[in-house]
Amino acid sequence: MDGEDDAPKSLMEEMYANGIEGVDDAPSSSTSTTIRKNRPIISGEQLDIEAYAALYSGRTKIMRLIFLADHCDNSGMQLEALRMAYDELKKGENTQLFREVVQKIDGRLGPNYSTDATWCAMVDRKADQRKDKLESELNAYRTNLIKESIRMGYNDFGDFYYAHGALGDAFKSYVRTRDYCTTSKHIIQMCLSAILVSIEMGQFAHVTSYVSKAEQTPEALDPPTIAKLRCAAGLAHLEAKKYKLAARKFLEVGPELGNSYSEVIAPQDVATYGGLCALASFDRTELKNKVIDNINFRNFLELVPEVRELINDFYSSHYASCLEYLGNLKSNLMLDIHIHDHVETLYDQIRSKALIQYTHPFVSVDMRMMADAFKTSVAGLEKELESLITDNQIQARIDSHNKILYARHADQRNATFQRVLQTGNEFDWDVRAMLLRANLLKHEYNLRASRKI
Amino acid sequence: MNSVEGLVNQIQGLSTTASDVLSLQNLLKQADDSLHAESTRLLPFLDQLDPSKHSLGYLYFLEACTAGPVTKEQAGSYVLMIARFITSCIAEQIRLAPDKFITVCKRFKDQVLLLEEPLRGVAPMLTAIRKLQSSSEHLTALHPEFLLLCLLSRCYKAGLSILEEDVFEVDQPRDLFLFCYYGGMISIGKKWFRKALELLHNVVTAPMSTVNAIAVEAFKKYILVSLIHHGQSPTNLPKYASSVAQRNLKNLCQPYIELANSYSNGKIADIETYVEANKDKFESDNNLGLVKQAVSSMYKRNIQRLTQTYLTLSLQDIANRVQLNSPKEAEMHVLQMIKDGEIYATINQKDGMVRFLEDPEQYKTCEMIEHIDSSIQRLMTLSKKLNGVDELMSCDPLYLLKVNLLFHIKASLVVT
Repeated sequence: MDGEDDAPKSLMEEMYANGIEGVDDAPSSSTSTTIRKNRPIISGEQLDIEAYAALYSGRTKIMRLIFLADHCDNSGMQLEALRMAYDELKKGENTQLFREVVQKIDGRLGPNYSTDATWCAMVDRKADQRKDKLESELNAYRTNLIKESIRMGYNDFGDFYYAHGALGDAFKSYVRTRDYCTTSKHIIQMCLSAILVSIEMGQFAHVTSYVSKAEQTPEALDPPTIAKLRCAAGLAHLEAKKYKLAARKFLEVGPELGNSYSEVIAPQDVATYGGLCALASFDRTELKNKVIDNINFRNFLELVPEVRELINDFYSSHYASCLEYLGNLKSNLMLDIHIHDHVETLYDQIRSKALIQYTHPFVSVDMRMMADAFKTSVAGLEKELESLITDNQIQARIDSHNKILYARHADQRNATFQRVLQTGNEFDWDVRAMLLRANLLKHEYNLRASRKI
Repeated sequence: MNSVEGLVNQIQGLSTTASDVLSLQNLLKQADDSLHAESTRLLPFLDQLDPSKHSLGYLYFLEACTAGPVTKEQAGSYVLMIARFITSCIAEQIRLAPDKFITVCKRFKDQVLLLEEPLRGVAPMLTAIRKLQSSSEHLTALHPEFLLLCLLSRCYKAGLSILEEDVFEVDQPRDLFLFCYYGGMISIGKKWFRKALELLHNVVTAPMSTVNAIAVEAFKKYILVSLIHHGQSPTNLPKYASSVAQRNLKNLCQPYIELANSYSNGKIADIETYVEANKDKFESDNNLGLVKQAVSSMYKRNIQRLTQTYLTLSLQDIANRVQLNSPKEAEMHVLQMIKDGEIYATINQKDGMVRFLEDPEQYKTCEMIEHIDSSIQRLMTLSKKLNGVDELMSCDPLYLLKVNLLFHIKASLVVT
């Protein structure tokens, strides 16, 4: 490469060997020696469903298992996921979801995992009884006009609906408690419940509004709650494709989160989402300050060492290994309910950033070396570079004959002259057209005026 | 008969000083009807009058003479007469009766067209315009007639001098529309697409209370010329265009809008199929040639885009990317563009490579400095003119009345 002429040989070789190193650091070699518990869960290999499901609790666990079953093509994993979903549902009261899961199982797991009609009927009956009881209680409280009891009544209703899968009604009930909240703790509780239901429903606009509402009552916020709110905000931004904001939110989540928000998100997810969004949207300085030097976030990254490795590789310009980690992670990321539809976009952005960063320090780049570093063909690389140049993300020109990329810096002086002359011409045109139109208008006006007179 | 003879004598007598000419004008106005009554017998009297001295009188007589229907043989002699008159008449005198002069010249144009020799009319019409204009910024009714003759005789260069002038004063809006439309067509013929765009833009954005056919045709050509010149067509008319135009023009030019849309998608095959499918519509508007030019400009656009990303590219690659059939065609296109100055490149025929170069203009030469300087001067003059018009408008009593009215209404609303 035509960088600096007197770079030491070893440095140059290191730069050349961008592509070749990464192969040796592949993660799969290390797994055989580690204990099951320490094995990272979101990693390059096949997802360990039990460990994955153990990270979550409540409804999200079931939803994630169902999503897994729907989207993975390995029937063994599918059945495993459905079995676990079935078991989890039996502990709860959501007969609707239960029936869905049984349908998906389709009898493949044997007689123990078929429709348990008696259980369903029993649960439904209990549900009706409970509902009636709650209603009568609520009416009693309403007539008594005791704020606290009414609030608790609505809250219970919300919990009841949520457990039975009627998310819309749950949301409405939780929102109704707002009028009866007296302390800021109540408000926080209301907000958190509303956020939870909104996330389950997929209505992230509500999530954002309730997060901001909760953040406006600072007195009652303790660190775990703050962390939870930041996670929720991050998720909302992720869904809205605002990757930079999502990254910022996830990176601000403190270690106090622990496992306290397992009904929504696991710390591994915080690390993965935050890391990938940061990589796709931050520039180098921000990446260094907020991710690599971020002590709090380091704790999260320890849970997903592959993400940590790939961020470090990207920062130290080992693009081939970085892209390889990304490739390995992809299949597991596609099984995650929040990030699966963003994986492609994020990957494209990360790849473009890698290409841009690679070419940035050089005056000319040999495209064959670059193709090796990125493990792609020269023709494919040329196409990618062409689209980046057309989007004005790289200032360079391709010498297609010799396959070299030359950096090109626009001549400011010439560009200025050109712009000046062009502006002059436009002014000329506009003013002349304007004077003509004014004249026509005056003429028309005079005509009308003379007719009136 | 007597009255006519008497008139002739008076013309001969009163055509020397300015005040005499004014009184002559009054006389002529009064005698106009009687002249028209005697129109068939006025021809011999014309010989008694000298157009270079008795221009006003000659004009009245001429106008009355040519009033009736004209046969082809008569047209020949009339054409000669009128041409001679125009060349030799005195500008100040004819400016006293501009309507008559315009009528005479229009009849002249009709007769020239009747004889199917538009070329004969070009030079006299130009002289006529120059004599009628009060200033070079004045648009008379003769301008569009002149341009029409230029168009029909394919004498585009003659139209150039008229088109180069800035027009600010307009007698009749219709004249402006026709002038700009014909001017646009002439500019397209000479491939001055920038000028064409300017003229057509003026038609399309001119204030109008109802949509007129001229504006519709102009809009069609406007879309095509913008595609050729800019590579994109205006999606919306600017805000200062009349609301009538904004609402209706697009609906009336549907095939062209669709052509523009398929152009922006960038696929040459699509646009060619579209053109084939709608050939008749384009042909009936006489725009087929322009449409073909627009399609070929797409290749140019694509090649220009390549200069932004590549330093060197093989002819085969160019052919592939721009969807041409062979490297030979690509070479032809590139060669043409280099000749027209649209790109800067060198073709290496040995390897079949094209090397794209930067614009060699360094903005350091004397010519460039002069160019910049003259542009600055021109713009300063224009700016002063704009200020002048603004001041004039602020003193206009009608305007002040309207503004005052608004002010009073607003004030009364505030008080109550």
